[in-house]
Amino acid sequence: MPRVVLNGDDRALPEGATVADAVRETGAALDGRGMAVALGGEVVPRGKWQVRELREGEQVEVLHAVQGG
Amino acid sequence: MPQGLEIAGRGFGSRLIIGTGGFRSLEAVGRAVAASGAEMATVAMRRVDPSTRGSLLGVLEEHGCFVLPNTAGCFTARDAVTTARLAREALGTEWVKLEVIGDDRTLLPDASELLEAAEELVADGFTVLPYTTDDPVLARRLEDAGCAAIMPLGSPIGSGQGILNPYNLRLIVEQARVPVILDAGIGTASDAALAMEAGCDGVLLASAIARAEDSAAMGTAMRKAVEAGYEARRAGRIPRRLYGEASSPTEGVAELT
Repeated sequence: MPRVVLNGDDRALPEGATVADAVRETGAALDGRGMAVALGGEVVPRGKWQVRELREGEQVEVLHAVQGG
Repeated sequence: MPQGLEIAGRGFGSRLIIGTGGFRSLEAVGRAVAASGAEMATVAMRRVDPSTRGSLLGVLEEHGCFVLPNTAGCFTARDAVTTARLAREALGTEWVKLEVIGDDRTLLPDASELLEAAEELVADGFTVLPYTTDDPVLARRLEDAGCAAIMPLGSPIGSGQGILNPYNLRLIVEQARVPVILDAGIGTASDAALAMEAGCDGVLLASAIARAEDSAAMGTAMRKAVEAGYEARRAGRIPRRLYGEASSPTEGVAELT
């Protein structure tokens, strides 16, 4: 069970959990429209969300566009 | 009708760019965008929140607005570059309003981090529109780095103080070979008109509309102000004189006493 920091919160995810699972965990719609993911400060392209498995202690940021600026 | 704005080969019918921050609701954003006539709107990138209702992107799309992601909230070049890359992935655009703040009270840009981020993003293929201080030398450095426009502040973000250093703005406009967009500090319509009269190619504002008592009405006012200022600049203003100069004929005046 990798423990990760997902959008600032500690989460334990099932073994083999991928970036896509983390996105689902945030409660966001998985069509991923207008969303992007960073792992440890590096962008994970959408095409790799289903295959990139999360490692212990990784920092996952799932972002989207909001009002601002 | 005023001619449109062109940035990096892309044309916009309106010279007003709207920021989406500070509005009370998505509906208010939509009404203000419609009233202002803006064809480009800037959005921030933040953690997803499943409780969010409605779609900001949907509202902007509905009004035919080009979406310009920004790096608001970033204090380092590294964070700004990553945020720009996330925005590119999320929104499928290589355009970015680059914002790197150096002080959380004044929200003034950090010049060295800004330039570093601009260089890196240009090298990575981005169309970079940097929010910068009104320093003509930094403006030139940003342009030399390959930025597609220069966006100097009039005064700090949300301060509503208008254009505090018209002299610097004039120098920036005079030397620039890319569009100059006055970004930040606009308080009311006359500030936007002054920016355009000073030779800016456009104005970017959010708070002045979003926090106005009637944001849709202020949107209309800003549209007119930007158009009026642009037309006045093109028309060529009269010089300022110390004394009056009669506009009526000085000959043929009757002697009545």
